[in-house]
Amino acid sequence: MAQITLDKLAHSYLNNPKTDGDFALKEIDYVWDDGGAYALLGPSGCGKTTLLNIISGLLVPSKGRILFDDCNVTNFQPEQRNIAQVFQFPVIYDTMTVRQNLEFPLKNRNVPKAEIAKRVEEMIEVLDLGNKANLKARGLTADEKQKISLGRGLVRYDVNAILFDEPLTVIDPHMKWQLRTKLKDLHRQFNHTMIYVTHDQTEAMTFADKVVVMYEGEVVQIGTPEELYDEPKHTFVGYFIGSPGMNIIPVDVVGNQAKIGIHSIDLKGDYADLTGKVELGIRPEFVTLNKTELGIPVQITGIDDIGRFKIVHATIDGSEINIVLNEGQSIPSNPNIALETSRINIYQNDHLVRPLVNGRGL
Amino acid sequence: MEKTDNNKAWLLVIPVFILVALSAIIPIMTVVNYSVQDTFGGNKFFWVGTEWFTDVLRSERFHNALGRNLLFSFIILCIEIPLGIWIALSMPRKGIWVPVCLIMMALPLLIPWNVVGTIWQIFARGDIGLLGHTMSLLGVDYNYTNNIFDAWVTIIIMDVWHWTSLVVLLCYAGLVSIPEAYYQAARIDGASKWSIFRFIQLPKMRGVLIIAFLLRFMDSFMIYTEPFVLTGGGPGNSTTFLSIDLVKQAIGQFDLGPAAAMSLIYQLIVLLICYVFFTVMSHVGTDKPIEEKVE
Repeated sequence: MAQITLDKLAHSYLNNPKTDGDFALKEIDYVWDDGGAYALLGPSGCGKTTLLNIISGLLVPSKGRILFDDCNVTNFQPEQRNIAQVFQFPVIYDTMTVRQNLEFPLKNRNVPKAEIAKRVEEMIEVLDLGNKANLKARGLTADEKQKISLGRGLVRYDVNAILFDEPLTVIDPHMKWQLRTKLKDLHRQFNHTMIYVTHDQTEAMTFADKVVVMYEGEVVQIGTPEELYDEPKHTFVGYFIGSPGMNIIPVDVVGNQAKIGIHSIDLKGDYADLTGKVELGIRPEFVTLNKTELGIPVQITGIDDIGRFKIVHATIDGSEINIVLNEGQSIPSNPNIALETSRINIYQNDHLVRPLVNGRGL
Repeated sequence: MEKTDNNKAWLLVIPVFILVALSAIIPIMTVVNYSVQDTFGGNKFFWVGTEWFTDVLRSERFHNALGRNLLFSFIILCIEIPLGIWIALSMPRKGIWVPVCLIMMALPLLIPWNVVGTIWQIFARGDIGLLGHTMSLLGVDYNYTNNIFDAWVTIIIMDVWHWTSLVVLLCYAGLVSIPEAYYQAARIDGASKWSIFRFIQLPKMRGVLIIAFLLRFMDSFMIYTEPFVLTGGGPGNSTTFLSIDLVKQAIGQFDLGPAAAMSLIYQLIVLLICYVFFTVMSHVGTDKPIEEKVE
């Protein structure tokens, strides 16, 4: 178990990276706490697997250092780093039994026999594989195989970190939830540092204490699931997290008012003068559809009924906006919307700006 | 809608029936026919029942040819399978050397059997052959035409040269299909090179190895052209394998009855051994069905 420090880390697959765009992973400076559960979240090609491979040692970064506690491991091979990794597809040794699979990493490290037997027995118990311990691993289901991959990491008590590379990709939907819960339990029980790569926001939000959102090679926000939901620091985070994502509407901000065409919206405080691309972000859950004449008129373009609630697609002065409508609510003939003031965020060039407090930005 | 008469379909399958009949059923039945009859010429045949089969099974000539053939197959399998695996493991996985290696490997496979025989016949000759002449210059008493051991060594080396590539290509195909994650996981688990081979590469090659094994066994058990061209079955009868013996009997001596009986027995042996191989090999490394029933 270790604290992992990324020190001015960056990586490019090109030999001579010149511009920012040449970097698959732009400079990142961050400390992963010992025993934390982190998720690396982002769309395909955002650099999350690159970052994971740098941590596991399959890639050597072009710039910067990586430290496990105080030890510089930047140039260490994966086997020297004492980490465990669970891959997208379950990797098991087909010809071995479940028990032999779990014994394998310990035997390779010359752990005494009695100790191996004890640890493996415990691990079989923990993974609920008791009745399958002596079966060949190849006959097991995908989720059981994935448990074995994980178990091979966990039997080594002293791993610095356990890395997961989209481990639930091939798991049946109804087993995903169970396996995720199991992971969470194991994390509480063993307190390993866990880093979990995924493009599925639900997986990230339920698994991790801290979610690292990546976009085009850049870490755009690191925060708890609540922080990501309430105050996305980047319009991408707002859009990527939540279903449907945050509404992003171009506005002009003057003082504590945001103007959409001829309409004004109250903001939670005064803002400094903003230049460049200024946008307002609000989650569809905090937009209400009024029956009265109050509010801002919108044109409804479509409705998705997804059971528990409806998503109303509308346009407001040419910009699209989604509104979540609870079950039983009807859609008025000339709809107006109201935005919940405390839930409005303002973005300048895609980055969050906070209102001034006593004349100073937070 | 009216139900259409489907009998036209029979018409369309007729060509296939005719082809199969011509290519397989009629020749086999002719052989069966010969194997149970005898003739004193004049195209007059009479029934002898299983006499030819008993004769063949009791004849020392057949036992010797069968023994030689089994020994030959055993030796070349023992060499070609491990050698093929080893070469496949040493071949590059990426870069420009991949196509170069693959083409080099494929070359011997593209050479016709009788040309292979001829190449080696000349190559190993003591007077003008590169191999034969070099051997005699080195002072090694090497002569494949009158020394039994030298003849066998030459035929075995020739077969290894000709056919190891097939095993290599099959194994290579098996190896490149292993996802990179397996190797990464093995490194993380601290596995040694031998463990990686034993627990990842070998199990993943199982399917192709079964095929390689069967193909090489059948081919070597039916080998005819190369030794026929190289040694003609000699010196003496020392390299007369079953197929060579069969041809000698059927066409050389025109003993159609015993030859027919022998070829049927030959056929059954090949089928039987292949069946046993396949059954055994496809169960190696899997859970025994008996254990599963208990649990």
